[in-house]
Amino acid sequence: MKRYAALLERLAFTPGRNAKLALLETYLRDAPDPDRGYALASLTGELDFAGAKPALLRALVSERVDVELFTMSYHYVGDLAETIALIWPGQGTTRDVPLCEVVETLNKASKSDTPRLIADWLDALDPSERLALLKLMTGGMRVGVSARLALTALANTGDVPLDDILELWAGFKPPYAQLFGWLAGGPKPEPTIKAPFRPVMLSTPQDLDGLRALDPGDYVAEWKWDGIRVQAAADGAEKRLYSRTGEDISAAFPDIVERMDFTGTLDGELIVRREGEVAPFGDLQKRLNRKTAGKALLKSHPAALRLYDVLLWEGADLRDLPFDDRRARLDAAVVTLDPYRFDASPLLPFETWDDLAALRGDPPSPVIEGVMLKRKNSVYSAGRPRGPWFKWKRDPMIVDAVLLYAQRGHGKRSGFYSDFTFGVWEGDRLVPVGKAYSGFTDEELKRLDKFVRQNTIERYGPVRSLSPDLVVEVAFEGLNRSTRHKSGIAMRFPRISRIRWDKPVAEADTLATLEAMLP
Amino acid sequence: MNPRFEDLLTPRPEGLYCPPGDFYIDPMRPVARALVTHGHADHARSGHGAVMASPQTLDIMAIRYGADFAGERQVGTGDPVEVNGVRVSFHPAGHVMGSCQIRLEHGGLRAVVSGDYSRVANPACAPFEPVPCDLFITEATFALPVFKHPRPSEEIAKLIASVRNFPDRPHLIGAYALGKAQRVIMLLREAGWDAPIYVHGALQRLCDYHIEQGVPLGDLRPATMDKAEAKGLRDAIVISPPSAFASPWVQRFVDPVIGFASGWMQIRARARQRGVELPLIISDHVDWPDLTGTIRELNPAEFWITHGRDDALMRWAELDQRRARPLHLVGYEDEPE
Repeated sequence: MKRYAALLERLAFTPGRNAKLALLETYLRDAPDPDRGYALASLTGELDFAGAKPALLRALVSERVDVELFTMSYHYVGDLAETIALIWPGQGTTRDVPLCEVVETLNKASKSDTPRLIADWLDALDPSERLALLKLMTGGMRVGVSARLALTALANTGDVPLDDILELWAGFKPPYAQLFGWLAGGPKPEPTIKAPFRPVMLSTPQDLDGLRALDPGDYVAEWKWDGIRVQAAADGAEKRLYSRTGEDISAAFPDIVERMDFTGTLDGELIVRREGEVAPFGDLQKRLNRKTAGKALLKSHPAALRLYDVLLWEGADLRDLPFDDRRARLDAAVVTLDPYRFDASPLLPFETWDDLAALRGDPPSPVIEGVMLKRKNSVYSAGRPRGPWFKWKRDPMIVDAVLLYAQRGHGKRSGFYSDFTFGVWEGDRLVPVGKAYSGFTDEELKRLDKFVRQNTIERYGPVRSLSPDLVVEVAFEGLNRSTRHKSGIAMRFPRISRIRWDKPVAEADTLATLEAMLP
Repeated sequence: MNPRFEDLLTPRPEGLYCPPGDFYIDPMRPVARALVTHGHADHARSGHGAVMASPQTLDIMAIRYGADFAGERQVGTGDPVEVNGVRVSFHPAGHVMGSCQIRLEHGGLRAVVSGDYSRVANPACAPFEPVPCDLFITEATFALPVFKHPRPSEEIAKLIASVRNFPDRPHLIGAYALGKAQRVIMLLREAGWDAPIYVHGALQRLCDYHIEQGVPLGDLRPATMDKAEAKGLRDAIVISPPSAFASPWVQRFVDPVIGFASGWMQIRARARQRGVELPLIISDHVDWPDLTGTIRELNPAEFWITHGRDDALMRWAELDQRRARPLHLVGYEDEPE
């Protein structure tokens, strides 16, 4: 448990992706079996313990600690699990509790046993291990590690491609002895489940200048729909909907899954569609990151799949066929499916790149974020090969905003104020509308850092509030309504596209301008 | 409330005042006569008429403020001396080099003003001496039951493990100039870290003073190198005052890991607020078990709380059936570490 606790603690404070990978790899290489398997499962969200709820934890601690002292401490610490881990009587370390003991015991334990088990472990562990235990049991790891990142680290330990792991992943259960055996040089396990995830093919960005070097006759074009890319895999009764990173999201989309009456693997865009009209991304967002979907939500936000490609169909692997052939197979397949849930993304007629530019400039729906180009002879190859598929996104939206706050960066940007909050005018006030960390060059970063130091009003730890003196042009990919932001809107992928050292602050944009850009 | 204690010590805007002795202890404003427990800037200020403190505290004040930091100075030791009829003696507090508790005796009453103190072994100073008293005056910096500081050796092991895990990234550890910086260096040496340790210029004089006083700190190098040299630093440990992290000085290091050695690092939100990647829970104050344990051990008739989390300590006193009183002295820093 000690090692696992140390890993979680370190991950929680480490912002950089590469640093997180290094920490995960060291742990996954060195920690013993089966602990490392359970640790991996905890990070990929494969563990779920019933009965370890916050109310139970509160009850346990109130038997041992004065309620007033607990309340003062909780107010100070701000996190229930952390408060309990620290305030629990004793310093622990009476014995070493392996992670596997916790996981395997909890899996078998009845609900009435849980309180006694938790109390015994809390007595035995030190505060850092206690926190790991409590986070493990309540499921909120919050260490900034996605399942994909954890699996990337796992792949690195065995020097195998991530895609190989993703194909196998859904078929194994913790503690993944076979997987670790393979990564240590043993035989590669055979896929054990029906309808496994197949690694997805991705595109690279392109623009008109780049396209001019290519022959338009070699390519087909489609709209780039603003949903999420998914894979629908079915094999008889086994039906699974995967995100493009291989995460199984079937449970949240029963409306799609129940209609997957086929044997094959389809690639498409998950969208919300009402009466044939694709709804804005914000509507789809309401369906994402849920364990289940309620009846009302299924009715108000019906999901649909707009299909791009077919990988396998009725036992045949089509991935080595050219795109044209696969597309013909897809068109034939689609007519056998429920048209309310499935359709094929239409191909766009064009002869020259200028034709395509005209289409891209005037899309028929606001839920289109550009065009996709696919070489007619391209096979379906996993990953992001450069060339066969291109995305030519619509031009980003742009506003002029005023820098309001700056925060110091980490790692390579240590000591530089590199994370900026910016705002726009609402009457005579500036309201924050987003944060940007990128878009500027190293030279510009130095100038921005200097600006921050010379225009600081107040400091709050690593954050400084700034006198509103600098306008930046912010580019972003879209806007959603948001109840979590004071301004009522949330930007997608904002970055600083230009620094307007020349522009007077009064000429920055207004909130009304942004609201008019909402889909 | 026992009125006789009030006659011996009483809070005033300038600080804790002893009317019969006509002196202050650790006053926040310039006064005619000050007794100083230790050299941290919020306890030891310049500009008093006369200062009595341990020899090392007097040296440290001279290093920080110049030789003329006070009109007159007098050495305080474990042997009692009379100051206007009040018997005064100095006893180790285990906090930082030179730190002392101050014992007062007058009219049959014994009071101990502990200043800041710690019960964890620290090679830079003598261990805290439990001095029997009727009135004990304590700080309450970490007076919440969530503060249970781990063994410093475990925290230093985290730092060394991190250097091994990230051998290409210099590790910049924030530590206050008096006490904590030298403590981190000594802990590293105890853990077998023999390589040179780089220190920020603001720490140099107090490190030198520790070496003069016989505390071995090993091979220290100035961290004032230029960009090209800083680029060459890979698996190096650099100690600096935490305030330096907000200055462009940091920018010379390539992809550093920023750490901070402080008792506050026990609380994750505090570490996050500071933007720390490697929090090290190393404190030179008593944590909750040591604070409450010390009060039980001394078992004074009454204890007073100078500053910090007095609400939790008052609640503990109620539960433990002890007489206690918060003084709400203003001017000691919230983060004296």
